Amino acid sequence: MTTPARRGGRAAGEAGRLAALLLSPTFIVLGLVVGYPLVAALRESLYRSGQTVDADGFVVQGDQFVGVDNYTGMFSGPAAARFWNAFGNTTFFTVTTVAAEVVIGVAMALVMHQALRWRGLVRASILVPWAIPTAVSAILWQWIFQADGVANALIGNQILWTTEGWHAKFAVMIADVWKTAPFVGLLVLAGLQVIPRDVYEAARVDGASPARQFWSITLPLVRPVLVVAVLFRVLDSLRMFDLPFVLIGNRKESVETLTMLAWDEASNLRFGPAAAYATILFVYIAVVAFVFVKLLGADVIGEARDRGRQARERRPKPLPQAEVVPA
Amino acid sequence: MNSRVVLRYAGLAAILVYCLAPFYWMLASAFRRPSDQFSLSPIPNPVSATNFTAVFGTDVGFGRALLNSLVVAGIATVLTLLIGLSAAYAMARLRFRFKNAVAALIIATSMFPGISLVVPLLKLFTDIDWINTYQAMIVPSMSFALPLAVWNLNAFFRQMPGELEEAAMIDGCTRLQAFRRIILPLAAPGVFTTAIITFITAWNEFIIALSMVNDKTMQTATVAISRFTGAYGFDQPFGTQMAAGVIVTVPLVVLVLVFQRRIITGLTAGGVK
Amino acid sequence: MAQRTTLRLTALASAVLLVTACGSGGSGGSGGTTGGGGGAAPALEGRGEITLATGKDTSNNMQKLSDEWNAAHPNEKVRLVELPDSADGQRQQMIQNAQVKSDAYTVLNMDVVWTAEFAANRWVVELPRDQFDLNNFLKPAVATAEYRDKLYAVPVYSDGGLLYYRKDLLEKAGVQPPKTWDELTSACQKVKALPEAASIGCYGGQFDKYEGLTVNFDESVNSAGGSIVDGSGKPTVDTPQAKAGLDKLVNGFASGQIPQKAITFKEEDGRRAFQAGELLFMRQWPYQWALASKTDGSSQVAGKFDVAPLPGNGSGPGVSSLGGHNFAISAFAKNKATALDFIKFFTSEAAERSNLLATSQAPTRTNLYDDAELNKQFPYLKTLKESILSAKPRPKAVRYGDVTSAIQEAAYAALTKNKDSATALKELQAKLQDLLK
Repeated sequence: MTTPARRGGRAAGEAGRLAALLLSPTFIVLGLVVGYPLVAALRESLYRSGQTVDADGFVVQGDQFVGVDNYTGMFSGPAAARFWNAFGNTTFFTVTTVAAEVVIGVAMALVMHQALRWRGLVRASILVPWAIPTAVSAILWQWIFQADGVANALIGNQILWTTEGWHAKFAVMIADVWKTAPFVGLLVLAGLQVIPRDVYEAARVDGASPARQFWSITLPLVRPVLVVAVLFRVLDSLRMFDLPFVLIGNRKESVETLTMLAWDEASNLRFGPAAAYATILFVYIAVVAFVFVKLLGADVIGEARDRGRQARERRPKPLPQAEVVPA
Repeated sequence: MNSRVVLRYAGLAAILVYCLAPFYWMLASAFRRPSDQFSLSPIPNPVSATNFTAVFGTDVGFGRALLNSLVVAGIATVLTLLIGLSAAYAMARLRFRFKNAVAALIIATSMFPGISLVVPLLKLFTDIDWINTYQAMIVPSMSFALPLAVWNLNAFFRQMPGELEEAAMIDGCTRLQAFRRIILPLAAPGVFTTAIITFITAWNEFIIALSMVNDKTMQTATVAISRFTGAYGFDQPFGTQMAAGVIVTVPLVVLVLVFQRRIITGLTAGGVK
Repeated sequence: MAQRTTLRLTALASAVLLVTACGSGGSGGSGGTTGGGGGAAPALEGRGEITLATGKDTSNNMQKLSDEWNAAHPNEKVRLVELPDSADGQRQQMIQNAQVKSDAYTVLNMDVVWTAEFAANRWVVELPRDQFDLNNFLKPAVATAEYRDKLYAVPVYSDGGLLYYRKDLLEKAGVQPPKTWDELTSACQKVKALPEAASIGCYGGQFDKYEGLTVNFDESVNSAGGSIVDGSGKPTVDTPQAKAGLDKLVNGFASGQIPQKAITFKEEDGRRAFQAGELLFMRQWPYQWALASKTDGSSQVAGKFDVAPLPGNGSGPGVSSLGGHNFAISAFAKNKATALDFIKFFTSEAAERSNLLATSQAPTRTNLYDDAELNKQFPYLKTLKESILSAKPRPKAVRYGDVTSAIQEAAYAALTKNKDSATALKELQAKLQDLLK
C-alpha cells in the first residue's frame, strides 16, 4: 500500500500546493491581527518618544531611534530588580499553576470518562469556572478574598490577602487554577474519548492493574493532546495579567508579572520600553515553548509522517480496522 | 468493586464541589437584596431578583449586548473551526517542506501579550474603517483561538489511523470525502472540544471588544458588565455584576450541553463507535 | 418604548455621522467661528455631531441633559460614549484613541489629575478662557483645569474629602467633633470607654496601593502643615512636617487606632466598614452620605453620623485633596465649535443643579453651595464647600502616573512597615525631583 504522498516528486509538489491552500486562511487571519501588530511593536521597541518637555510645557513630539536602549534599560538600575522580580513571579506562577492544573485537570478527565451517570451534570459544571468571564471571576475572587470575605470566614482567621506577601501569590494561584484546570480537563477528556475501549479490554485480560493501565496505556495515548493542552496553558500563564491586576492590584511586587510590567510602562506613556518588555516576554515564551516541545512532544506536530508512524507502531494499535465501516 | 464505585462517586462529588462552590457564592450574591449585599449567610434571605432586573434595566441594553456576544462568538467559532480544520488537516496529513516552521509560526502568535497588540490593531482598524463593526471583534477573536485550534485538531487527526483514509481514497473517495466520512467522525470529541474552547474564548474576550467599539448598540456583554456602576461615584454594584456574570455564564453552559448531544450524534452518525 | 427611541436615535445619529463624514462641506471649514476675541487660544471650528466620552452615566442624568441639548440642536447632536467603570480604564481608552489620532471622542470627561498630561501631549485643545464665567466657579476646581496658566478644560464635578463621624457616640461620650488629629485621638479614647463601642476602630481612609492612597497621603501631609510640592512645583516631601503627616498614619496603624484591615481599603471597603458601625471616624468622599443614610437595612449608621472638615494640626482645619472631573475637547475631534457650546451648556447653573439633584456629585459653581433648598437636601454642602475651597490639588505633572506611583510606593512601604517613614520620604523626594524637573 503506497501513500499518495510517496508517489514521487509530482505528488509531493501537489501536496505542497494543497497544504499552502489549506494553510493560507490561517496565515491571513494571524498575519492581519497578530503579525502586523507584532511587527509594529517590535519596531516600537527600538524607539522612544514623548520623554522631553519643551520650554512651553509641551511634550516634544516624534519618535527617536534609540537602538537597543529600551532593552538595556530594563537590566540596569532599579528597573533591573523590578524586571527580575516580575520574571520570577511570572515563572513561579506558570510552574505552580500549570502543574496543579495538569494534576487536577487529568483527574477530572479520568473521573468524567469513567462516569456513566451524572456525566452531563459534571460536564456542565466543569465548564462553569472556565466560562465565567475573567473580569467577572476576578471580581468574584476579590470579593471572596477581601478582609471580611467568605474565605476568611471559612478559615476563621483574618488574612489580608490583597496585601504584599505569599498570601497574595496564593490567592492568585487559587483563582487561576480554579478557572483553568477545567480547560485541561476538557481537552484530556476528549483525548480519552478517542481511545478505543478494546485496548483496555486487552490490558484487563492480561491482568494489568488500573494504575498500570493508566501509566502504560492511557497516558501514552492521551499524551499528544495533553502536551498541546499543557503547552497552551504555559503560553497563557506566562502572559498572565488580568487576574493579579484586578484581584491584588497594580504595582504590587508579590504578584507583578511581566505583562503587568509592560502594561504599566505603556500606561505611563513609555511605549518603547513597554514594547521592549513585551518582546522580551515573547522571546522568553518562545524559548520555553521550544524546549517544551523538544522534550515532551517532538512527534506532536510537524515532524515527518514516518516518525509519527513509527511512534504509533510502538504503541498499541489505536483502532482495529475491522470495526470501521467506510461509508 | 464496590469501593471503586464509591471512589468514583466521591471523585464526581469532589469535582462538583471544586467547580461549583465559588460559583455558588456568585449565585448567592446575585440573589441577595442590594441591601444585604455584604451578608455572609450561605443562603440569601430573602431571595431577591433585584440584581437581575437591574442588569436588564432599560439604560444598560444588556439584552442587546448578549445578542452581540452571541453573534461575535458564534461567527468566530464557525470560521475558526473551518479554517482551523483545513490547516490542521494539512499539518497532519500532507507532506510538505517547512512544516516545523509553519507549526512554530502559528503557535508563535500565541506568545505575544495580547494587551500589547491593542494599539497597533486600533490604528489598523481605524485606517480601514472597521471601528464599530462585528468583524473588528470577530477577526481578533479568531486569531486568539486559531493557534490552539490548529495544534489541537492536528493532535487528534494524527491519532487517527491514516491507513483507513488511504484505503478509502484508493476505493475512490476524494480526499475531502475520506476526511469527512472517516477522520472527522473519529475525531468528533476533539473537534467539539475545540469548538467549545473557541466559543468561550470569543465570548469572554474583553479588551479588543472594548477598544474597537464605541457605539453602545455594538458592545458585547463583557464590555457592558465593565460599565455597570452603582448610582453614585465609587459605588460598586457587586450584586449586579455577579448577576450579570450568572446571566453570561449559564446560557453558555446550557448551549454547550445542547450542542454536545447534537454535534456528537451528528458527527458520529456514520456509526464508528 | 424609551429604549426603542434611543435605539432609533443612535441609528439616526450614526447615519448623520456618515453623511457629514462624506460631505463635510458646510460652514465648518476655513471661515470658522469668530468667537473668542481676545484670548490667545486658537479658534475652535466645525459644527455637527459630537460625542461625549465619559465613565458610566450613573443616574442617567447625562443622557437626560444630552437629550435636552439634542432637542435644541438637531444638527449638532451629542452621543454618549460610555467607557469602563474604572478611572484607569477610562484613561487608557482616551489615550489609545489619542495615540491613533482617532476622532471617535469629541468631549472628554477627564479626572482632574489628567489635565497636565493631556495638555502637554496636545491631546486636548486650549479653551478660550473669556467664554466662560470662571469667576463663578470654585477657584481650586478651575486650577485643576489649567496647565501652565492656560485653560484646557472646564470643571464639571468637584470632590473633596470629609471627616465622617459617629455623632451618636460622640454625643454619648460628651465630646465635640475633633478639629485636629490629637483631638481625634483623644475623642476616640473617650468613646472607646463606652461599653457599646469598646471594639470600634478609630479611623479609616483609603490605604490600599492605588490612587486613593495618594489622596490620603497628600491630605495627611498637607494637614500637618507640609506640602507635596512648593509654589514653583518643586517637591518638598523630605521635611519634618511631611514626616509628621505620614507618621500620623503609620502610628495609627501601629497602635491599632486604624484597624489592620484598612490597609486593603478602597472607597467601597471603607464605606462598608463605616456602614457596619466598625469605624468612629472616617475620611471619605461625599458620595457616602446618601448610601450610609439608607434606611433599608444596608446601613447600621443611618441618621447616626455627620460630617466635619478633615482634622488639621491646630493652626487650622485639615486640607483635603481635590477630586472631580473636567470636560475637555479632544485635539483630533471634528466639530470643536459645537463641543465648546456643549461644554458651556453642561456647566451652566441649571445643568449643574440638575446634576447635583440627580447624582449628588458636587457641583463646581460656588453659588449652588449656598442655595438654601439644596442645602436642605444635601446637609453636607456647607462643610464640603469649606473642604473644597481650602483643598490642595495633587501635584500637576505631565507624568502624573509616575508621580502618583512613587507616592504610593513610599506611603505603602511606610504603612506596611517595610521602610521607616524617614527613609521612605527621602527616597520619594529623590524620585519626585527626577520626575518634576
